[in-house]
Amino acid sequence: MSEKIRVLIAKVGMDGHDRGAKVIARGLRDAGMEVIYSGLFQTPESVVQMAIQEDADVIGISILSGAHMTLLPLIREELRRQEAEDIVLVAGGTIPAEDVSALKREGVVEEVFTPGQSMEEMVRWIRQRVEASPASYARG
Amino acid sequence: MADALHTDAPGRGPSEVEAARQAFQEALARYRDVLARSQERDALFTTISGDPVEPLYVPDDPGPDYLEKLGFPGEYPYTRGIHPNLYRGRLWTMRQFAGFGTAAETNARFKYLLRNGQTGLSTAFDMPTLLGYDSDHPRSLGEVGREGVAIDSLEDMETLFDGIPLGEVSTSMTINGPAAILWAMYLVTAEKQGVPLEKLRGTIQNDILKEYIAQKEWIFPPEPSVKLVVDTIEFGAERVPQWNPVSISGYHIREAGSTAAQELAFTLADGFHYVEACLARGLDVDAFASRLSFFFNAHMDFFEEIAKYRAARRIWARHMRKRYGARDPRSWRLRFHTQTAGCSLTAQQPEVNLIRTAYEALAAVLGGTQSLHTNSMDEVLCLPTEHAVTLALRTQQVLAHETGVANSVDPLGGSYLVEALTDRLEAEAEAYFAKIEETGGVVAGIRDGFFQREIADAAYRYQQEVEQGRRLIVGVNAFQQEEEKPVEIFRIRPDLEREQAERVRRLRSRRDGEAVRRELARLRRAAERDENLMPYLMDAVRVYATEGEIADALREVYGEYREAAVV
Repeated sequence: MSEKIRVLIAKVGMDGHDRGAKVIARGLRDAGMEVIYSGLFQTPESVVQMAIQEDADVIGISILSGAHMTLLPLIREELRRQEAEDIVLVAGGTIPAEDVSALKREGVVEEVFTPGQSMEEMVRWIRQRVEASPASYARG
Repeated sequence: MADALHTDAPGRGPSEVEAARQAFQEALARYRDVLARSQERDALFTTISGDPVEPLYVPDDPGPDYLEKLGFPGEYPYTRGIHPNLYRGRLWTMRQFAGFGTAAETNARFKYLLRNGQTGLSTAFDMPTLLGYDSDHPRSLGEVGREGVAIDSLEDMETLFDGIPLGEVSTSMTINGPAAILWAMYLVTAEKQGVPLEKLRGTIQNDILKEYIAQKEWIFPPEPSVKLVVDTIEFGAERVPQWNPVSISGYHIREAGSTAAQELAFTLADGFHYVEACLARGLDVDAFASRLSFFFNAHMDFFEEIAKYRAARRIWARHMRKRYGARDPRSWRLRFHTQTAGCSLTAQQPEVNLIRTAYEALAAVLGGTQSLHTNSMDEVLCLPTEHAVTLALRTQQVLAHETGVANSVDPLGGSYLVEALTDRLEAEAEAYFAKIEETGGVVAGIRDGFFQREIADAAYRYQQEVEQGRRLIVGVNAFQQEEEKPVEIFRIRPDLEREQAERVRRLRSRRDGEAVRRELARLRRAAERDENLMPYLMDAVRVYATEGEIADALREVYGEYREAAVV
């Protein structure tokens, strides 16, 4: 059996709304994943640093403040700089549809989970994505 | 449920029951007398068919504990309301929350709302302002003006209220960590408009305890933060007597996922903590208690919400009277603002949010709120558009003027269901008070994550109920629509952040730097000596010290708070 999928759930910027992040963290844990929660007020650099240290397969950024178009590209940039682009970057929160398309089109994030989407879908997406990734085979 | 029926308690003899009836009749006569002397609004207090509607309905044969549990509106224990004729005297304040972009843009939205019949202002600040950073601070990147208005200095505050007579309008400001700083800016703005502080009416949220518990926007650790809250209460009691220096807030506790009972219990526990901190400062309870106000959520469970407000009034009255020895009836009255539940709104079929908000608003009004914010249908997607905010305000106006619910006080009082729920929520709150005491009080509970864990557990349970389809949410896990209509999205101008950062930099180069350094040094010394900081904050604001500079000066003395993350 391969080792557990490791997910870092992180809050960046100044936004303190952490209900979603915590619910997701528990949900993924209940689905059998290894979950690390970053706590509040992280910077793009600290999130990537934490993901590398924790050997995370996935970074899930929870964001409700409207700063997603500024902060998510900075995280992508930092992943590139740290040569850690094998880590899957996804986001969730209050993100308008237009921005979701733009973020995905420009390759900033691979997926965006918006309010009302089910935990089950999210778990399925992460499993499929990580299990398909050569990086995880190498590690597993 | 047997206790729902309010039958005569076992062991009570006929003479006691008779005495209770007698007391009820006397209280009723007293109430009628007060009512006869109360002013009424110029409105038709009749049904649409033309039949008169009474201000209050009471049982013909009340149980022996009627007075102890319910009483009459305007009388201890205030379960049925804090005013004898409530909305027949004056409707609730319709206070829509607004703020985005720059001070000038928010000023224009304020004026729009006032022109459209809003009766009070309510200000939303952006994240950097809430956390005590100027707009040009590196940490403010991407956040300026997004979730509220950016206020860096007195200059911005003056722009925000330009052309709005502060002596006439009541203003609410949702600010917590740096509340004392922003209030100082508001007070100085009023001074500059020539308005005496005694005439100012309004509220600063200033409830730092709920920040650690739920909303998570803090600067300093809990102890100095509570000290700052007490400073504002003390200063307000002496100099700004019509101001509410703190709005003890359950709203965010609920939004973070709590149950109704947790919202009720944690909010009141926070309130008691402020009262005790003020008493420890040596203030007389009756000098400040009447200015403490509350802020609750209105969620979707209609009867539970109504019961929550009724229980809140009863618990607060009893504790203030019996535990803290308040003698002035005004200190016993729990006054509250309500906001409909943002967390109940769905991104799916957003127009349905209008309906949710309307029911929630109805619960708040049946529960006797003093002031109400109805959420806009698009708030789950973005800041409200003008169209959405207008409909939200209209929701309140329809409720106030067309439905007849403002005709009598506590119309659901005496409902077996509502009374049983009220009693149950009260009992659950009391059980929580005991638990909080066991953990060593509110601050200890915050530091070891007690509140955060309780709320996270409740949030997760709720989410699972939705996921498993046991709790139906229209448009989300039931009655979905294949094709969602695109909605209009309100967007913040992208160049706003740069402009605002530029504005604060220009201010710093223009003002008297020496005066700023002097006032900040005086402020730091006063903080070290534990003096009341309000006068020093006003002096610092007057010379245009920025919010970030003032917060930094206090960070040097108090340090910053870091939360141990709880999942």
